[in-house]
Amino acid sequence: MSRSRFTRRLPAAVAVAGLALAVAACGGESSSSSDGTTVAAADQLKPDADLSKQSLQITVWDGYTPKELPQRVKEKLKVQDMKVALHATNEEAMNKLTAQGDSGVDVAFVSGQYAQALNAQGLLEPIHPELIPNLANLYPEATQLSYDKGNKYSVPYTWGTTGICYRTDLVKSKPTSWNDLLKPPAWAEKKVTMMTTERWLALPALKSLGYSVNTDKDEEITKARELLMAQKPHLLTYDDTTFGDKLVSGEAVMVEAWDGWCPTTDPKGNIAFAVPKEGSDLWVDTMVIMKSSKNKEAAHALINYILDPAIHSWAAENINYKVPNKAAMEKVKIAKGSLLDIPPARLLDGESIIDLGAASTKYTRLSADVQAK
Amino acid sequence: MSRSRGRRLGAFVFLTPGLTYLVVLLLVPLALVLSYTVFQRGRFGGVVYEFTAENFERLVDPLYLDVVIGSLKIAAVTTVIALLAGYPTAYLIAQLPRKWKTIALVAIVLPFWTNFIIRVYAWIILLSGPGLVNSGLKVFGIEPLELLYNEGAIVAGLVYSYLPLMVLPLFAAIEKLDPQLREASANLGASGLTTFRKVTLPLTVPGVLTGSLFVFVPSFGNFVIPELLGGSKSLMVGNLIRQQFLSARDWPFGSTLALALIAVLLVLLVAQAWVARRA
Amino acid sequence: MRRSKLLYVPFWATYVFLYAPIAVLVVMSFNAGESAYTYEGFSLKWYGELAGDDRIMNGVVNTLIVAVGSTVIATVLGTLLAVGLARYTRSKLLDAVSLMPAVLPDLVLAIGLLVFYGMIQLTLGLYSVILAHGVFAMAFVAAVVRTRLSGADTSLEEASRDLGAGPVATFMRITLPQLAPGIVAGALLAFTLSLDEFVIAFFTIGNAEPTLPIVIYSMIRFGVTPKINALAAILLLVSFTAVIAGQRLTKIGESRAQD
Repeated sequence: MSRSRFTRRLPAAVAVAGLALAVAACGGESSSSSDGTTVAAADQLKPDADLSKQSLQITVWDGYTPKELPQRVKEKLKVQDMKVALHATNEEAMNKLTAQGDSGVDVAFVSGQYAQALNAQGLLEPIHPELIPNLANLYPEATQLSYDKGNKYSVPYTWGTTGICYRTDLVKSKPTSWNDLLKPPAWAEKKVTMMTTERWLALPALKSLGYSVNTDKDEEITKARELLMAQKPHLLTYDDTTFGDKLVSGEAVMVEAWDGWCPTTDPKGNIAFAVPKEGSDLWVDTMVIMKSSKNKEAAHALINYILDPAIHSWAAENINYKVPNKAAMEKVKIAKGSLLDIPPARLLDGESIIDLGAASTKYTRLSADVQAK
Repeated sequence: MSRSRGRRLGAFVFLTPGLTYLVVLLLVPLALVLSYTVFQRGRFGGVVYEFTAENFERLVDPLYLDVVIGSLKIAAVTTVIALLAGYPTAYLIAQLPRKWKTIALVAIVLPFWTNFIIRVYAWIILLSGPGLVNSGLKVFGIEPLELLYNEGAIVAGLVYSYLPLMVLPLFAAIEKLDPQLREASANLGASGLTTFRKVTLPLTVPGVLTGSLFVFVPSFGNFVIPELLGGSKSLMVGNLIRQQFLSARDWPFGSTLALALIAVLLVLLVAQAWVARRA
Repeated sequence: MRRSKLLYVPFWATYVFLYAPIAVLVVMSFNAGESAYTYEGFSLKWYGELAGDDRIMNGVVNTLIVAVGSTVIATVLGTLLAVGLARYTRSKLLDAVSLMPAVLPDLVLAIGLLVFYGMIQLTLGLYSVILAHGVFAMAFVAAVVRTRLSGADTSLEEASRDLGAGPVATFMRITLPQLAPGIVAGALLAFTLSLDEFVIAFFTIGNAEPTLPIVIYSMIRFGVTPKINALAAILLLVSFTAVIAGQRLTKIGESRAQD
């Protein structure tokens, strides 16, 4: 016998094993499709838990929290350890948090609509307000954010709006409307950039047409698509991360930008930011606590610590982000050219982007369509 | 009797560990991807295990078809350029003296060992608006050209990244050739070109096919180079799949796109095998 | 032999094409200025900055951990598999399965593993990348070792078995020493491929501290800095040294074999 029975049966065994697993998958839980308004059941947390037995793992954008935060948290909260992982984009954070069982993350920093999606999948621990007395430092407006009214499962860390960031010395007229970006004048030919993240890609077009940034109407999305298609030949590129550098280098003269990423404090002083007259959004980057966290008391303590005006003001002072913390903002000296003085009331004129559930695939298709053509 | 039992034991000892590993970490994952193509995306991501044909209906959307065709084109252009540059290079390397042969070959592979992402980065430095090519042009009073963020930049990046994969199999095929064949051809009065066309080229077809496949496959499924050098202004299949998995969190449709990617490559593999057999 | 001078044009063009971007990277790594585009005089400051960058240094360490881990898995399993496939079966299907990871687009393997890890609710980390790299690395080791096997003399193995040695003893005493060069070559290939691998690692690393290619990718997305050039120059130097050392070693090996 030259070939053993073992090897002949093996392909069959392989197929069976694969099939069994696929079937197991079918029988698996089919949750994850709740409607987004519900909040997972809260765990019982002890306010007097011994934090020295807990250690923290957070995931956050690079440079978004002070470098010495872990050290200070360890000293102040007496937690065993604190580790900081970095993500480059919301997408990467979502991938870490949703694609595995226990990600090991206790506190994650993600934008509002992503916090909403995480909560809708049952992945977030409700916020226990009694463990975060510093919530009182927030602006009243910061508790009325449409993706999470009443901060049930997320706590805002920074907020701002999206607009046009431009070179004052290279534009022939100051941009005032999204149309300046969508139909760039000759002097800006191939010198404008737009964002790639799908909802922000659609925003300028939707707003210039007078639609909601959260529209799920096909005809409105189609109209926005036409505008973006017509704009594409005049674009330098789609860019989410380096549009600031492109302005500084002069490669671009006008870019779609989040206010905090617009380098208005550049020493040359030739960069400015405008919120177009058609209106814009209110984006919020939030802190959320993962349901899978085994250190929930420490996680709450960390958020409480960050909401301390002395800590929270760091983001405003060092990375030029507005923080939704009244007590912290009052401490901040506002530098020349900085955008920190946009008042909360005006920020709230902006519309928060919310996760549209099933309709969100329409935006994925829109951005694929615009990029592909 | 004992010989046959010994063989069975041997088969078990040698084959089980590796095959188990491949079953668990290759075949089962692929089976999962395959099975996801018939399920639905949950409202906020994740997978709902209810059967649907929707993913396949979405697949025939002209948009996705265009992306697949566009990717095929980019990968094909990349392969042709790599072949045109790689064949003469491999041909000459094969005829170098032994010592130089090794050096020339190592020199082909060496850039491959820096780092894939860094090799892409080098092209950003070269081609971008304030980049070096444009700075060079400025010296001659030429206006900066738009070199980065287009399909040309993507092709340049792809050729740069995968050229060694073309040269090596070509070299192997050309080196195996018996030089006497060419001499015979020359002695019979054939010109250099005729010898190449009638003798060298047909005999190296397998190398051409292997090299082309090695360049085509990673080019076709690439997402990093279109993103970094194409400025997200052109979309390739790889970008679509990445987008579905990471930003849309639509695993079922992403899986369907991946299946389409595999299907296209399978067709190419079969075609390649067919050509190779006829050659 | 006649060869057309014309052939030298694409030949040299290929080398210029391969090395010009690298030369630029290396020159700009010594830039005294802040920009990766304009040279403003000689300085080593970017090398200093590089050494002080924890993310990059941790990336180097993590990449090495992953490469060593996956190479060990791939070498052991791949060698066994190659012997098993060559000596104990003629199944075309098993052959195809063992080669599949080498021809499968990395993105497909990456999402397959992402889906699989997600389904079994594994906590991702460096080890999930090691397991993932093991898959394709094993295919390459198996392929290289099989080439060696096909050229190997089977009479010794047969003699060993005729003398009553079991398959394990025969493998350890006869087959393995015969295969050693193939195994070493396969392991080196596996190691190099893992060092450079980005796509699969990007999808399967979860929240762990990233490997070097991922670190570089994130850095590039946030702009270009001569620090990356310095890194490129060092990587180039390392692989250059490795190649020369490798050449020397094979030469020594060859001259010993001739003795």
